[in-house]
Amino acid sequence: MASAKPTLTRPASGRFVLLTLILGLLLNLLPWSGLTKLLWPDCIALLLLYWVIHQPREIGLGAGWFLGLLMDIADGVLFGQHALAYTLMIFMAQILRPRIQMFSFWQQALYVFGLLLISLVIMLVTRLAFGAAFPGPLYFASSLFGALLWPSLSMLLHLSQHRNRRIDDTFTNLVNK
Amino acid sequence: MIDNAPPPFFKRGLAPTARLAIFSGLALFLMVADGHFHYLNTLRNAFAIVINPLQHAMNAPVRLSAKVGDFFVAQGRLKSENADLKEQQLILTGKMLQFQDLQAENVQLRHLLGAIPRYAQHTTLAEILYSGRDPFARKIIVDRGSLHGVQPGQVVADNIGVIGQVTRVSPAVSEVTLITDKDQAVPVQNVRNGLRAVVFGSGEPGVLDMPYMSFSADLQPGDQLVTSGIDGLYPPGLPVAVISKVERNAAYLFAKISCTPSAGPDRQRQILILSALASAPPPLPPPPESPVKESHGKR
Repeated sequence: MASAKPTLTRPASGRFVLLTLILGLLLNLLPWSGLTKLLWPDCIALLLLYWVIHQPREIGLGAGWFLGLLMDIADGVLFGQHALAYTLMIFMAQILRPRIQMFSFWQQALYVFGLLLISLVIMLVTRLAFGAAFPGPLYFASSLFGALLWPSLSMLLHLSQHRNRRIDDTFTNLVNK
Repeated sequence: MIDNAPPPFFKRGLAPTARLAIFSGLALFLMVADGHFHYLNTLRNAFAIVINPLQHAMNAPVRLSAKVGDFFVAQGRLKSENADLKEQQLILTGKMLQFQDLQAENVQLRHLLGAIPRYAQHTTLAEILYSGRDPFARKIIVDRGSLHGVQPGQVVADNIGVIGQVTRVSPAVSEVTLITDKDQAVPVQNVRNGLRAVVFGSGEPGVLDMPYMSFSADLQPGDQLVTSGIDGLYPPGLPVAVISKVERNAAYLFAKISCTPSAGPDRQRQILILSALASAPPPLPPPPESPVKESHGKR
């Protein structure tokens, strides 16, 4: 069950991908404060990585860039900060994709940890370049929690993808009749 | 890698590296336009209209849980809190009586001196919705916006003292930059001896810096700092911070002074947004005949 070997599955519908991304955006908007805020993983980044790895034709650099822009506005931070970080992170994910797909979810989590960390480092560098103060080492903690979430998230999306497909099939059958 | 690849079988659009260059270039362009030239505020506001309702929606469950939590507060705690408040009320009433007397006296004295009368303060009560999500900045979001007459630049205080300044305003919410945010400056005055200075946020919670103070400046740990009011923005006399540490090292020109903010948004949910000054700042005084002699310090 812990393997993500490429099985012959039909891709999730574009609507489903969009729905998960909107859900991720909402999860990112939760008004945490204090420690939870620091540890709360970047759900958008996680979902983007999932879809880039599993459905590269739907989600690519453009989607990442646009969602990054939305995150910049939602967080009230420097315009383009998340956009740049997501763009570079997705590009690396695209390069590593054939390799990542071979691994089990837990092994994938290591890659995800690295990719999330890279996105955080890019944001850190851009903000430091624009004169912000270093927010402390706990800043990187969210990438660790994101990676820990990865296996369960992948499993969940895998399952709902199957279920979703069945609903989709019945729907198309109905329409075709 | 690209040179050796066979010609693509399917039409795929631009090469990945070209896309990467385009999107990261766009992101960098936006960053410079926003961070350096501040061109994008209108664009940001337009998008914020879409995002703000979502933020409110996500706030709702958290606020609801807080309300439910409030409902189940123990009776004993309420009782003791009530007793405390009554006691405080009594003390404040006593002080208030004195204050009215002093205020009348102050007006009279100012009149005698021919000084400009102090303006009256209007305040808007606001509630803290959540702390800003940007880990690089120290900001809070409050539930009053341009619809309630909030403007950028207004000073925000709680019942103890200054906590920050309104920096960005949307229709229903506004963003307050705390005085502990990096490079946020507050002009202050030492209560003990009237020495004026400027304190800057350090970017860390609970720490303010007072740079550029001369090695020999008369400042001690424990000194109360209040707003000086000479900037024409912060009303004078609001508590800002207490000096916590003064390091004097002969190797440096300036003393290293750290302060602890008196107020803090982590202590309350309610805050006051003070009105922007109704009138223009007072006219500049005529230049003195002889240069004023500073009691201390060649720089």
